[in-house]
Amino acid sequence: MSESANFFKQAPDAPEIAARFPDLHPAFDKVAALTEANRCLYCFDAPCTAACPTHIDVPKFIKKIASGNLEGSAKTILDANILGASCARACPVAVLCEGACVMHRYNKQPIEIARLQRFAMEALHESGASLPFTPGADTDKSVALIGGGPASLACAAELRRRGIRAEIFDARPLPGGLNTYGIAEYKLPLAESLREIDMLSQLGVQFHFNTTVDAGKLAGIESSYDAVFLGIGLGAIHKLGLADEAMPGITNALDYIADYKSGKITSGPERVAVIGAGNTAIDAANAAARLGATEVHMVYRRGPEQMSAFSYEYEHAKLEGVKFLWHVMPVGITGNGKVESLHLSKLEATADGSLVPIPGNDFHLKVDLVILAIGQATHSEFLLENKVKLERGRVVIDRTTGQTSNPKYFAGGDCTNGGREVVDAVADGKRAGIAIAAWLEGQNANA
Amino acid sequence: MPTLETTFAGIQCINPFWLASAPPTNCGEQVMRAFDSGWGGAVWKTIGEPITNVSSRYSSIDWNGQRMMGLNNIELISDRPIEVNLREIAEVKRRYPKHVVIASLMVESKRHAWHEIVQRAEDAGADGLELNFGCPHGMSERGMGSAVGQVPEYCGQITEWVKEKARTPVIIKLTPNISDIRMPARAAKQAGADALSAINTINSITGIDLDTLEPRPNVDGKSSHGGYCGPAVKPIALNMVQQVMSDPQAALPMSGIGGIGSWQDATEFILLGAGTVQVCTAVMHYGYRIVEDMADGLLAWMRRKGYETLDDFRGLSLPNVTEWKNLNLNYKIVARIHEDKCIGCELCYTACWDGAHQCIHLDRTLPAPNTSRTPDMITAESRSRISTTPIPKLDLNGAGETGTYLTPLSRIPRVDEHECVGCNLCSLVCPVPDCITMERVDNGLAPETWEERVNAGLVAEGSAAGNPNV
Repeated sequence: MSESANFFKQAPDAPEIAARFPDLHPAFDKVAALTEANRCLYCFDAPCTAACPTHIDVPKFIKKIASGNLEGSAKTILDANILGASCARACPVAVLCEGACVMHRYNKQPIEIARLQRFAMEALHESGASLPFTPGADTDKSVALIGGGPASLACAAELRRRGIRAEIFDARPLPGGLNTYGIAEYKLPLAESLREIDMLSQLGVQFHFNTTVDAGKLAGIESSYDAVFLGIGLGAIHKLGLADEAMPGITNALDYIADYKSGKITSGPERVAVIGAGNTAIDAANAAARLGATEVHMVYRRGPEQMSAFSYEYEHAKLEGVKFLWHVMPVGITGNGKVESLHLSKLEATADGSLVPIPGNDFHLKVDLVILAIGQATHSEFLLENKVKLERGRVVIDRTTGQTSNPKYFAGGDCTNGGREVVDAVADGKRAGIAIAAWLEGQNANA
Repeated sequence: MPTLETTFAGIQCINPFWLASAPPTNCGEQVMRAFDSGWGGAVWKTIGEPITNVSSRYSSIDWNGQRMMGLNNIELISDRPIEVNLREIAEVKRRYPKHVVIASLMVESKRHAWHEIVQRAEDAGADGLELNFGCPHGMSERGMGSAVGQVPEYCGQITEWVKEKARTPVIIKLTPNISDIRMPARAAKQAGADALSAINTINSITGIDLDTLEPRPNVDGKSSHGGYCGPAVKPIALNMVQQVMSDPQAALPMSGIGGIGSWQDATEFILLGAGTVQVCTAVMHYGYRIVEDMADGLLAWMRRKGYETLDDFRGLSLPNVTEWKNLNLNYKIVARIHEDKCIGCELCYTACWDGAHQCIHLDRTLPAPNTSRTPDMITAESRSRISTTPIPKLDLNGAGETGTYLTPLSRIPRVDEHECVGCNLCSLVCPVPDCITMERVDNGLAPETWEERVNAGLVAEGSAAGNPNV
């Protein structure tokens, strides 16, 4: 348990990783930020704000950059999104705020909202100022938050601002969940995620690390806290279901990304295949390329039009030198003690849309490493059976409050939405935090 | 082929673009480079008994990232000896006989002093004299500059003294730091002035340093009111030029000054009666080279309009400036929003609600027009809506990542034309050219002015008895 945490200092020192994963979008300097801020039209009921799941008042924080009120700018961001610094780096802004910018229709570049947001947040960090919020007057209420990712962090911040004790339980040694361990380092460095959580912990959020919550532990938590927030995310990455899948040289994208981000691996083999074509698959493929692979293939059973990665991620992977094998499926793994090649089958679509192998078109791809990125399973069943209502493993919530079928349980983030962005988890956590406070107050009134 | 050649108060000019009396005309070397760049004339930095200047001397107003929307200075007249200035004028005129050099003069208010400086300036070869009755700082404390220009009698007196001696045209430079600029202009005209120039700089404090609480420009922790110029002052200058040029007792050949930096600016001054224009701030900002486009752009405009000479359009806009009482009260326009151009910024909406007449609404996708929803209600509604990141796999019917970027109908405002008063504000704030146009509505009413209504006995005259200004 720690109150005055300094997680930033606990970030692993990995100079090779820093050198291989420099910022994809470099920071604005002061003059560039001012010029860009002055381009913002200051729309009424701005579409960027509406598109942001946390509804950051974008024109307001941008005009504050233009007026030189950087403190006010950072506060505007944090007021809506306590993880404003990492969202500035991790958000797929092309489909969010910047995608909604009216400048697209003005035949001009959209305002670079993400870089401006990062500028305002870094100005706050550099100033050494503390979080511009204080904990609320102590109530005697307490909430346990399971999982230390963005949903729980955002929920905890709302609770602390309302004087409610917030204790986060996380299986890992450091907080932040996928925000810390799962985002491509060239977007959000692990240390930056921790820096932001250091600020947040000034509100008095408490952490229990290396704590896996099982059914028994959950029962104990339920009886000692006034409410429980579930921010447990998703589970392990799906398996291919092939023989020899446990062979050395086969890993999954989440472990691979977490390992290089935390400096456990700093280089990689020459030939890498990534199975899957989502955003995480692309992060893994780019990472393999940057860690030294000379030949990275992405293997996907459908075509580029069906890939679930954002198109700008696809474009980015091509620039990193990643090659794509479309309409192809792994049907076997060969190797002697470690993986040596993937047996791949060419597919074609039948009339009903299902994919079937084209006979006689199989081929082998020589590989040193196979990274699976074919989606995450849920891990809610074991924990929450009979506790809260689930649907295909997802926790069912009321979207506006995050409340589950069990009134004492609230939830948000990937475990409720099937896996979206950091900013969606923050929005969920924020709504739930506000709703938990209101619910506890209602309980009080009824008591 | 149109020409920019013109004659101003008898002075032959190759073009109407003169440098104003200011730092860009400090010395002969500068003026000759300016002439090489295309300037047709230069009014020399004011000559008089040398002064001592301070440092710093300038400060400016930036606006939304643009530098020097307005410039302020506390520099005095030339700090170089009179004989040096006059020697250089002679040199410039010898090398550039077709270019105009005007000597700007300021000496103490004594007849012999003015006679002497006029004689020396003309002997040096100046094509004309500009009497600096406008400088608002420093010199005015010593009874010169605007201290003269603000008192019509002094203005007339010194003009008379100068005219006793002068053989070249005498231009009186007017100060805007006066309630009615026509008064000194009339005095100058009555005293025999050949021409006027307007406006000189406007008294100003550009700003306070919020760290030190000291005003700008800073001279050892203190400042003094300075003369304001640059793009910000153009509307004030245009108004004053029009006031003088529409007054038969004051109108003379006019050299227009104030915020001119482009051919459009220059053309506007000429349309209000100016014969030449003078430029300073734009040159201090960007250098002498700006004159190329001033000439090029003006000639192109003249070709498009079919004008051969500046005289063809000089003063053409003067009859269109009138007193309010002569405006047609039955002229009705309303705002039209062109949906195909609208980008959905809704700046017109917020401007109309907070700054105008609450007649633009966001109700196109509502079942019926709704004029009672306030901006706060709309914002609150938006903030309560849950948004999520669209992911193709999960949102098969979602927004997707590559929109056509056509504005959704819900974001295109609607003008309630019955309530629209035709104020123009929405069209002024709209960032898209021609997206909001102000369109005439035929209300079937014949033109009628306030004066006509008063004369017809339809309204009380509303005069303030005893107020001599009415």
